[in-house]
Amino acid sequence: MKIYNGDKIIPGILIGVIILTFPLWLARGKAAATPDIKFDTPVIQKLAVKQCVLPKETMRTSHMVVLNDWRDAAVRNNTRVFTGMDGKKYDINLQNTCMECHSNKTHFCDQCHNYLGVNPYCWKCHIEPKETK
Amino acid sequence: MLERVFTGSEKYYKLLMSLLAVVAVGFGCYLYQLTHGLTVTGMSRDVSWGLYIAQFTFLVGVAASAVMVVLPYYLHHYKTFGRITILGEFLAVSAVTMCLLFIIVDLGQPQRALNVLLHPTPNSVLFWDMIVLNGYLFINIIVGWNVLAAERKGVMVQSWVKPLIYLSIPWAVSIHTVTAFLYAGLPGRHSWLTAILAARFLASAFAAGPSLLILLCLFLRKHTKFDAGKEAIQKLATIVTYAMLISIFFVLLEVFTAFYSNIPGHMHGLKYIFFGLEGHARLTPWMWAATVMAFGAAFILLNPGMRENEMTLKIACTCVFLSLWIEKGIIFVISGFVPTPTEHVVEYYPSIPELCIVVGVWALGFFILSLLYKIAISIKEELAA
Amino acid sequence: MEDRSRRSFLKIGGACALGLSALPAIKVSAADVQSVFSPAPNALTGKKWAMVIDMKKCWEKGKEGCKDCSQACNHVHNVPDIGNPKDEIKWIWPEHFANAFPGQESEYTPEEIASKEFIILCNHCTNPPCTRVCPTQATWKRKEDGVVMMDPHRCIGCRYCMAACPFGSRSFNFRDPKPFVKDPNPKYPARMRGVVEKCTFCEERLAKGQIPACVEACKAKALVFGDLDDPKSEVRKLLHSNYTIRRKPELGTEPNVYYII
Repeated sequence: MKIYNGDKIIPGILIGVIILTFPLWLARGKAAATPDIKFDTPVIQKLAVKQCVLPKETMRTSHMVVLNDWRDAAVRNNTRVFTGMDGKKYDINLQNTCMECHSNKTHFCDQCHNYLGVNPYCWKCHIEPKETK
Repeated sequence: MLERVFTGSEKYYKLLMSLLAVVAVGFGCYLYQLTHGLTVTGMSRDVSWGLYIAQFTFLVGVAASAVMVVLPYYLHHYKTFGRITILGEFLAVSAVTMCLLFIIVDLGQPQRALNVLLHPTPNSVLFWDMIVLNGYLFINIIVGWNVLAAERKGVMVQSWVKPLIYLSIPWAVSIHTVTAFLYAGLPGRHSWLTAILAARFLASAFAAGPSLLILLCLFLRKHTKFDAGKEAIQKLATIVTYAMLISIFFVLLEVFTAFYSNIPGHMHGLKYIFFGLEGHARLTPWMWAATVMAFGAAFILLNPGMRENEMTLKIACTCVFLSLWIEKGIIFVISGFVPTPTEHVVEYYPSIPELCIVVGVWALGFFILSLLYKIAISIKEELAA
Repeated sequence: MEDRSRRSFLKIGGACALGLSALPAIKVSAADVQSVFSPAPNALTGKKWAMVIDMKKCWEKGKEGCKDCSQACNHVHNVPDIGNPKDEIKWIWPEHFANAFPGQESEYTPEEIASKEFIILCNHCTNPPCTRVCPTQATWKRKEDGVVMMDPHRCIGCRYCMAACPFGSRSFNFRDPKPFVKDPNPKYPARMRGVVEKCTFCEERLAKGQIPACVEACKAKALVFGDLDDPKSEVRKLLHSNYTIRRKPELGTEPNVYYII
């Protein structure tokens, strides 16, 4: 089989592959610090049962979906109370409910988000809690 | 067919490169706008749409005007236009692309643009505008490409393309009608709230588009071996003549209704563009320039001797295009915001980055147009040879 | 033939790429999150929220230059003070009679009315043109109580609603507003660059059983908030016993903010 213009196509593909994998080359050998999530905020420590609005596993994998559902429920459907699995009721509010417990944004949200290189736009509008540390 | 864009004269490459250079400047300014927000434009809380939306409105007209060559050829078998229908269709493709880009650069959150598809909203005219514009883009790409391919092979175009060609005719009317409805259905914006707006838009489109097409045909004849033919150009000139006269007539109708009825809201917009309001008169030089050019062009075009003389025809076409560009591509949109809903007179003037972005989008449009015309002209030259 | 097959390969490849790009969206919507949402228990509920603004009270009892209502609103909602009219954000603000009610003034309009400022805000119209034009349903009229809502998460910033509103009630965030919020209220979000905002009749306060912040802040009690659908409400009583006017009634938007002058 003969590739027409192979002298241009093959180096072109090679250059393309190198550019696409450039971030990998650049970060080679430099392991990012493993996320170190802290749950030691004053409000959480005072809780008798340390339980989020949904099981930990669900929150870990799907908190972004939960947040979107909460957003639509409160803003669009005017349903502002969320009933958790255990029957406990929560006021649907990122700043006043989520962040009341997780008042340590830099040691909670940012840990994983920075590690994964994701940049959710929540904090472009929502006001992050003041952190003492 | 596509490979023909890569083989051309030095002049052709120089044209492409200079267009790309302008696009690059515009893109740089767009990145600046993207990081700083629309505050870098001249738009404000009171004049919340500016040159971007105005260019969009004007270019929808240029796109719709392709119907002025498609309709006579396909519905009335006017064979003379056979050679230039592809030029009309490709002009439409590049114009619609510019329209979509002007909408994108105007958005405050462009990365959310697909919300329009994710949350379809039939009660919004903008939703329908998105549908008709994208539809028109695809129709013209598919029709233009297949007709050209068939021409190259010397065969009849495939039978499934024919319905699309016929569909493109009412579709062209629809894009400008829907664009007019964006404005004509808003209470409290008196300059826009007029039932003849869609008709006005179509009339000015059918003058501005074909006048650009005439200029493009003359340009191509000078720089390539493609000749649209005197008859085709003269027929286009006739279309421009009548569309221009109707367009002027429609604006005069607006003037009559506003001033004879003496309703302040209806007079404000016209007073502002012709004489200024409360000492604010930034648009008046533009409006008078457009008026003089419109009547000058109408005079030349109505005079058969001058219309047939290519030199004067060129002047007339340039005047028609510029005059309507000013009227629709600057004045119409901005004057809708003056005075504001709270009767303050706030003026708008585009900023330098905003102007660069506008020029950049135009350059990108002409870049696309150059590539498409290169393909079409190469094939026509090969067939003639 | 070879040419044909290569071309169809490219075509099919393009179609596949389009299909793949839609995949993540499907996965997310299928995520299994069991939840129950319900309305807030203590919310103020009305069928047709409205406001009556008694300008006489405002002028007579209010101190000269009183800005209590707009200051309360701006603070509660983190409305930025950008300081230039081009980019400014306004939810509730003063305008002269001729600007609030164009065409109503004459050269014989009493000096005390012509020279005084009126308070204007979103009218939460019964037929709002702004929600009609929004291409993404980022703004809509809430069915249960008539509040004209704004979802800044959804807004693409096309500003069609600003062109459509005949009252100039909408503002666009031409720049990032956060640096211009001097004393942020941590209980309420700010907005981001590139979205439209406006008065929401304090829907977040209604949900907690509170009346709008401007009404609460007015010491002269010139602002009254209530349900037009309830004949016993204070707004209905005021409308019954006073001659009131609305802004630009001829446009048919049916504003729900009434003025006593």
